[in-house]
Amino acid sequence: MTVLENFLNGDKRALSKIISYIENREDGYRELLGKLYAKSGNAIRIGVTGPPGAGKSTLVNALLHKFLKENKKVGVIAVDPSSPFTGGALLGDRVRMHEFPLDGNIFFRSMATRGASGGLTAATNNILVAMDAFGFDVTIVETVGVGQVELDIIDACDTVVVTLVPESGDAVQAMKAGLMEIADVFAVNKADRPNSDRIVTDLRMALEFKAHDEHTWMIPVVPTVAIEQKNIDELYDKIFEHIAFIKANGNFEIHRRLQIEKKIIAILKSRFEKEYLEKLAEKVDFHDISEKVFLGKTNPYIVASELFADFKKQ
Amino acid sequence: MDKKIRVLLAKPGLDGHDRGIKVIAAALRDAGMEVIYTGLRQTPAMIVDAAIQEDVDAIGVSILSGAHMTLFPAILDVMKEKNASDIILFGGGIIPDDDKEELEKLGVSKVFTPGAPTTEAIEFLRNAMLSKGNDEQIM
Ligand code: B12
Ligand SMILES: Nc1nc2c(ncn2[C@@H]2O[C@H](COP(=O)(O)OP(=O)(O)O)[C@@H](O)[C@H]2O)c(=O)[nH]1
Ligand SMILES: [Mg+2]
Repeated sequence: MTVLENFLNGDKRALSKIISYIENREDGYRELLGKLYAKSGNAIRIGVTGPPGAGKSTLVNALLHKFLKENKKVGVIAVDPSSPFTGGALLGDRVRMHEFPLDGNIFFRSMATRGASGGLTAATNNILVAMDAFGFDVTIVETVGVGQVELDIIDACDTVVVTLVPESGDAVQAMKAGLMEIADVFAVNKADRPNSDRIVTDLRMALEFKAHDEHTWMIPVVPTVAIEQKNIDELYDKIFEHIAFIKANGNFEIHRRLQIEKKIIAILKSRFEKEYLEKLAEKVDFHDISEKVFLGKTNPYIVASELFADFKKQ
Repeated sequence: MDKKIRVLLAKPGLDGHDRGIKVIAAALRDAGMEVIYTGLRQTPAMIVDAAIQEDVDAIGVSILSGAHMTLFPAILDVMKEKNASDIILFGGGIIPDDDKEELEKLGVSKVFTPGAPTTEAIEFLRNAMLSKGNDEQIM
């Protein structure tokens, strides 16, 4: 039996090995993904993002218990940063996972960013395809703790939950900045802390003032206490209201098509880089060229245009 | 190819001494490995289940409670039952020399006790990885 055959028979260890195979880009992983793509497209994909320590993992744990109650099979990817110096990583999101029945309907995989800078890993999208093909109803991605610009999660999910805490007040003030714009649902976690009402109100006010009409999804703000499993049902309901809303207005499909488009372009970019740029670097003496630019004999745009013209001739 | 050594670290049983394992976690991370820390109060079944989902090369456990002669064999049993005996099991803690020998006979690859420098654990894992074959066919 091959690992793929075991995977298709529902063997969890085989899923796990296939995830590594994709993550490590072993020879033939593209062909393998081709086979998995054919079986994917059914799982709902939820992203959980927010600043470090906001309670993302604890919230995922709480949501997982709700999913279990609803008899849903869920695959989770939790991302933590790799050290840019050693390549090592301490993946601690599992510490927040509590009391799940074993061999049940939850599959949890910790991943290190391995150099990616957008809050996810380069392989996240592909691994979601594998989990989807394995037969999970829902997949959840927890990003690394993000600031305002690590927004890759929007290209990996259908619904994005942005997790904030009562202390995130300044972020609300700067409503225009990245992270605040990608939310489909806000969770204001640690609502057991003082002043949590305030950020909830501020956030709701700010959202109401954004331009909207009857076709606009009105982004809900849900206060939660993840450690006490409080208000998780409401968060769960809002997530699925969002899914239902975008399915009804067509945005669900539009968004997925757009993601596929971006994915193809990303693959092409990396192929061009590998097969053209890297070969070019072997043939062309960039050191020599830069020297000429430095001495004012030419400029970077002319050089690039000449190299590009050569490429087009080939 | 982008392979990394992946290690699951866990504290089995009710033992709350977690300084040692945190020292090891940091050392393995700084040696370039991906360390999945699962925390306290893990049962042997939970540890092996997590190891399978994380597709780790090795499971490291830390036991300072004195229950090592029951916990290590229990983990080995679950590994056998789940067809996961190819994963390296190693560990450390307050473990007398006689027990250490006995455990290494039972199938625990290596046991580290207080005073052992963390570089030894790193060395051990790197060497163990070299002899770990993988001839499984993916497709
Ligand atoms: C600090 C300490 C505590 C702290 C723990 C704080 C914490 N969060 O860890 C506190 C005060 C809470 C505590 C409580 C207790 N303790 Co205490 N504690 C110690 C003490 C003094 C040091 C342990 C320590 O942190 N060492 C430093 C770390 C870095 O070393 P280490 O854990 O041994 O790890 C090294 C190696 O063993 C190895 N290693 C360990 N794990 C692993 C794993 C892997 C994968 C690898 C590769 C290597 C490895 O590498 C590490 C680095 O070199 C020891 C005595 C001693 N000298 O060891 C007693 C000791 C462990 N405690 C003991 C006892 C009895 C208790 C209590 C039961 C006391 C009580 N009656 O309440 C409670 C139990 C608490 C609980 N829930 O489990 C006994 C255990 C006896 C036994 N095993 O038979 C000891 C041995 C003291 C003694 N001589 O009696 N304790
Ligand atoms: N007071 C309070 N603490 C919480 C809540 N949710 C999580 N925490 C704590 O916040 C810390 C960080 O949680 P974690 O889930 O690891 O955050 P992450 O980094 O966003 O994944 C932990 O100590 C949690 O116990 C909550 O609702 N209230
Ligand atoms: Mg987390």
